[in-house]
Amino acid sequence: MPKYNLNINSKIHSVDVDNDTPLLWVLRDQLDLVGTKYGCGIGQCGACTVHFDGAAVRSCLLPVSSIGNTKITTIEGLSVEGDHPVQKAWLEHDVPQCGYCQSGQIMNAVALLKNNPNPSDEEIDNGMNGNICRCGTYIRIKQAIKTASKH
Amino acid sequence: MTKIKTQYNRRSFLKVSAAAGGGMLIGFSWLTGCITDSKSEMVAVPKEWFEINGYIKIGDTGMVTIYSPNPEIGQNVRTSMPMIVAEELDVDWKNVVVEQAPLNTGFYQNQFAGGSLSIKLSWNALRMAGATGRRMLLEAAAKEWGISVSDLNVNQGVIKEKNGERSITYGEIASKAVGIEIPEEVELKEIKDFNLIGTSVKNVDGKKIITGKSLFGLDFKREGMQIAMIQHPPAFGMKVKDFNEEEIKKMPGVKDAFIIDIAIPEPSWSDEKGFLQLIAIVGESTWQLMKAKKAIKANWDIVSELENSEMHRNTMNEALVSGKVQASRTDGDPEGAFKLAAKVIERTYSSPFLAHNTMEPMNFFANVTEDSAELIGPTQTPEALEGSVAKLLNMPIENITVNMTRMGGGFGRRLYVHFGLEAATISKKIGAPVKLVYTREDDMSQGTYRPAYLSSYKAGLDENNNLIAFSVRGTGLPESSIFLDRFPAGTVDNYFAADISGNTNITTGAWRAPRSHFTAGAEQSFLDEVAELAGKDPIDFRLELFDRVIKKPVGEKNDYEAERYAGVLKLVKEKSKWGNNRTGVYRGVAAYFCHDSYVAEVVDIVMDNGLPKVKKVWCAVDCGIVVNRDAAVNMVQGGVIDGIGHAMYSQLTFNNGEVNETNFDKYQLIRHSQAPENIEVFFVENEIAPTGLGEPMLPPVVGALANALYKATGTRYYNQPFTSFKPIDG
Repeated sequence: MPKYNLNINSKIHSVDVDNDTPLLWVLRDQLDLVGTKYGCGIGQCGACTVHFDGAAVRSCLLPVSSIGNTKITTIEGLSVEGDHPVQKAWLEHDVPQCGYCQSGQIMNAVALLKNNPNPSDEEIDNGMNGNICRCGTYIRIKQAIKTASKH
Repeated sequence: MTKIKTQYNRRSFLKVSAAAGGGMLIGFSWLTGCITDSKSEMVAVPKEWFEINGYIKIGDTGMVTIYSPNPEIGQNVRTSMPMIVAEELDVDWKNVVVEQAPLNTGFYQNQFAGGSLSIKLSWNALRMAGATGRRMLLEAAAKEWGISVSDLNVNQGVIKEKNGERSITYGEIASKAVGIEIPEEVELKEIKDFNLIGTSVKNVDGKKIITGKSLFGLDFKREGMQIAMIQHPPAFGMKVKDFNEEEIKKMPGVKDAFIIDIAIPEPSWSDEKGFLQLIAIVGESTWQLMKAKKAIKANWDIVSELENSEMHRNTMNEALVSGKVQASRTDGDPEGAFKLAAKVIERTYSSPFLAHNTMEPMNFFANVTEDSAELIGPTQTPEALEGSVAKLLNMPIENITVNMTRMGGGFGRRLYVHFGLEAATISKKIGAPVKLVYTREDDMSQGTYRPAYLSSYKAGLDENNNLIAFSVRGTGLPESSIFLDRFPAGTVDNYFAADISGNTNITTGAWRAPRSHFTAGAEQSFLDEVAELAGKDPIDFRLELFDRVIKKPVGEKNDYEAERYAGVLKLVKEKSKWGNNRTGVYRGVAAYFCHDSYVAEVVDIVMDNGLPKVKKVWCAVDCGIVVNRDAAVNMVQGGVIDGIGHAMYSQLTFNNGEVNETNFDKYQLIRHSQAPENIEVFFVENEIAPTGLGEPMLPPVVGALANALYKATGTRYYNQPFTSFKPIDG
């Protein structure tokens, strides 16, 4: 199997996997970074969202062979103490119910705010529409994004 | 003070202590503070812990561990159940840590997540556990100082002498409390003296969730563990015959491949009825197994009819008019009354099969040896799982342990235990620990769906527009949707309810607020239309009916309390300022009673680019005492969005026994842009012991939504999903 040196959360990780292995399964099976979730495997639910050079991507569709040296950030690497403004806003609004989709929601929200630090409701809707929350925490997610946008 | 007899004896406490300790063996470290963002305020981690009872462990520093007995599916019981214990124990919540208890039928009761029953059924047990602990700590302090318990006060984990200077903390006295005889009777707090219950406490797992810690079944790992995937038949009515076993075994990363059989003697309601024989493949890499799964070429035997959605509709339509409908409740003379009625209206409603679609697909860990079985994972019914695994392996129940992980959603799906049995069968076969993982497609096409329903309602009004006759005929695949004794039964002199079940080989199961999610929508939109026919305001019309049943109930048994039912309607009327019509806002209302709770809702719709959009929802909820207020609001908001989403967008359709929608590209779930901007939640304040909250907010919103859609579009919506827009790309 080919070997890949991946820059994940500012650390180089070496993995031996099939070249078509999606980043999601490298993170979960090989690197024990299980905060990135499997939801659909076809880029429809957003549970597997990570940052690819700062941009939100669906790691279930990203083959390991296409990553190269690009910097990957996962939920585990977003902050040291869970104190990124978006994470803090999530706690302040006590957003999660089951919690399964939330790391994907957070990663997507962080990328959204990076591009648009002060999004309108409509821009939040459009930016977050690829992330499903089956428990229906959408209202609180929006509130948390607005709170985070003030920091 | 309320005195209550304890049901404990020392033996049962000791028994649970041993087992609860075992709960930590599962490899998760549950130990984190409840106050997730201000850890520094918490007392130090203890050097020594003292088991007070099966729910409570106190450390020498005053840190308190409370075991949460029930499965956590997102309903937040891992926070609210320990809150109830902490209230009666009288400790500072910031010093509390929560651990998940393992299944222990010898000590805990009702360790399941279903029927919105967790808090309702455990309310007394949790209060008693806390009060027993408090009493034992007080007795230990009294003994230490040679005085009586009545000479002591306790507040937030500090015991003080009433007429003296001495004080001692729970942490300091805990070692002595261990030797105290379990009291036969304990005093519970007065409801008015609660200082934790009724407040808003943050989710104990909040920090772990937002930092991506290992919490869920799918995250679980064990040294030497294999990963397994299954392939079930592609269609209901099919059974696996054989497959290209040798080819699959040769694929990269595949260690083994075989057919499993999970049939057990005397299966219960929670056991699989459809796909009992499955292809299993085992390896170490999820991705390699996914590739191998795609390469499976199987031969399937057709064992029963391959059904499709058109057949389903016809079967239900025919059932309702077949004459085989069974009269289940008759009050007065419905037939005669309909003949006398000045106006008669009849309408038919339907809803499709739905998948649960928990975001975390089905999975389970199993480690089966010659004489033991260990199961770890997401289950709403650990006890049912244990029982079925015992039958499957022909092993005594004592040799089986079940531990529960946090669940990425339940909605009823994880009341069913087949995935645990599949994992156990595979582990036994390969002689190693294994984690079974479903793909989304496996999950969505496996079955256990919400049944499909069809009901026909008929109402008769006299010349003064009074409701004099009401009938409902219901069917469904495979169960009818009728609740005999629910509203409007009891309010109308001439009432008729009848039902008939339908046959299908599509497997079904409980889906959040079973049957109620359909019945509420149908009945409450029908009543809206009846009120309109009567020329009455829909809230006034319902209140009139409640007045009738309060004054003179019809029939022998009606499930609901009319005053509380009317109470939530009045509350939502007031809070939503019902009757103040605003231009461009279209409103619908509905109320429903299920899971022993009452909910009334008003939906506000606006037209957005020519399409109706739910802007705001108002909810009035009577569920008795609210334990964790903001979390309860969160759950009500989520349930309302869940109800709107499924009623508007979701359906499963079938062709030749195959599900057409197998992933989120075809099966539409509600998304951010479709959710209301705001949902306001108002609780009726009372001192009634808590009733259900995980489900009752969902059913009425379906009716309120249909009624608001009618106002916005001029069209009545009889068949779910109400609209089927194209899925939005991710």
